[in-house]
Amino acid sequence: MTRIGVLALQGDFHEHIQALESLGVETSEVRLPMHLEGLDGLIIPGGESTTIVKLGDLYGFREAIRVELDRGMALWGTCAGMIVIANELTDDRPTPFGYVDMKVSRNWFGRQVDSFEQDIAIAGMEGGPYHCVFIRAPAVASLGDSVEVLANFDGITPVAVRSGKIMATAFHPELTDDTRVHEMFIALARNGR
Amino acid sequence: MATLTSADTQKNGAKPETGSWRVKGGLAQMLKGGVIMDVVTPDQAKIAEDAGAVAVMALERVPSDIRAQGGVARMSDPDLITGIIKAVSIPVMAKARIGHFVEAQILEALGVDYADESEVLTPADTAFHINKWDFKMPFVCGCTNLGEALRRIGEGAAMIRTKGEAGTGDVVQAVTHARNVLGHITKIKNMPEQELMTEAKNLGAPYELIREIHATGKLPVVNFAAGGIATPADAALLMQIGVEGVFVGSGIFKSSEPEKMAAAIVKATTHFDNPDILAEISAGLGKAMPGLEVSKMADSERLEKRGW
Repeated sequence: MTRIGVLALQGDFHEHIQALESLGVETSEVRLPMHLEGLDGLIIPGGESTTIVKLGDLYGFREAIRVELDRGMALWGTCAGMIVIANELTDDRPTPFGYVDMKVSRNWFGRQVDSFEQDIAIAGMEGGPYHCVFIRAPAVASLGDSVEVLANFDGITPVAVRSGKIMATAFHPELTDDTRVHEMFIALARNGR
Repeated sequence: MATLTSADTQKNGAKPETGSWRVKGGLAQMLKGGVIMDVVTPDQAKIAEDAGAVAVMALERVPSDIRAQGGVARMSDPDLITGIIKAVSIPVMAKARIGHFVEAQILEALGVDYADESEVLTPADTAFHINKWDFKMPFVCGCTNLGEALRRIGEGAAMIRTKGEAGTGDVVQAVTHARNVLGHITKIKNMPEQELMTEAKNLGAPYELIREIHATGKLPVVNFAAGGIATPADAALLMQIGVEGVFVGSGIFKSSEPEKMAAAIVKATTHFDNPDILAEISAGLGKAMPGLEVSKMADSERLEKRGW
């Protein structure tokens, strides 16, 4: 059975777990690096990226996740998670974990009063555009050749990307009842470890 | 996996929808498992951010000073709030007086991420709370029991916190209020459907929200604890009781070593159910804030009595 963990240091990890459980995969909350063992995939949820990086570094997640990625674990970062897994930020903090060749810009769309929802088309997804919820969301400012754009906000601003077995979305599929992005990630995680 | 084409992108919705219930409540979802800290200067805000706070509450005086100094407590100076917004990358909250919708309008114009319609400030209206549906900026409101929480949600609050007793360093009222709310949710969940309307009447709460709690067994918004939290153990206590995160007011910057205390409370809120980690992080923090025992205070000094 496929096992997906959700990094449970801070943020809306519970909503990801509910979405995964509704799809019948085995789930677990990951609070310490030892909880990564045997996972087919890991989700870094929405939350505050400065807090998640701080708490993650405290117990050595930066290296522990890298080791699991090398062993074939899949990874998906949503919103704060997208920031955490980038190689580089346009902002001076936090220092991201650096697993994906992209530069991410925090709070790209502005402050909370600018947070929004909108239908956006995702590459290869059946059933029409996806209803995306953006909360003080980041966006991808630039990306390397190994990174593929899965969704664009306005034709030039990537808000969902994939690189090998790593996905990142600037929006929050866990805040809607539409599980299509979670299904995409589960398929990625099942694709051999 | 398929490649994104320009034909795909043309299927995007035409117009972003801002200020919706989902994005207001959504920010509170992102704060879960985190600590929101009261700060009175940009420097304190940076200390809070470095310690791992998920948001800061910009204030002129922390509650224990408001209590000690007395006088009418109002919304903070916009210059102070703007200075704090510029100093940090995390969300910034600020307080408006109960019922003072113009202070709330000003906070929204300043770009504040969350307004706290707060009993810590002197109430501006004895009959009506702010109609929070009028705003794109989300609101958090205090409560002492479930009826009060549901009235605030009915008025548009997208996040709830216990009132506790701010500025005391005594956690007993936060515990009492959290138990009131959570215990009552369990009771409603297990109630026969026939009893729900009478329960709504007795609580003075919207019937539709009572029905929703009966169906889901939880509040429709995120629920934090506030008021009197002064140590990592206090934060972990409330998390184990079942709240989703904590506000720490005077407890950080009225302690003898704020950086250490702030970082320790952040860690305790994440690892709230791991006594080994709690023991490790509770050591060597210096002195917690000086406390005031709530049970020895006069009713007139109790901020939790403000609002209804």
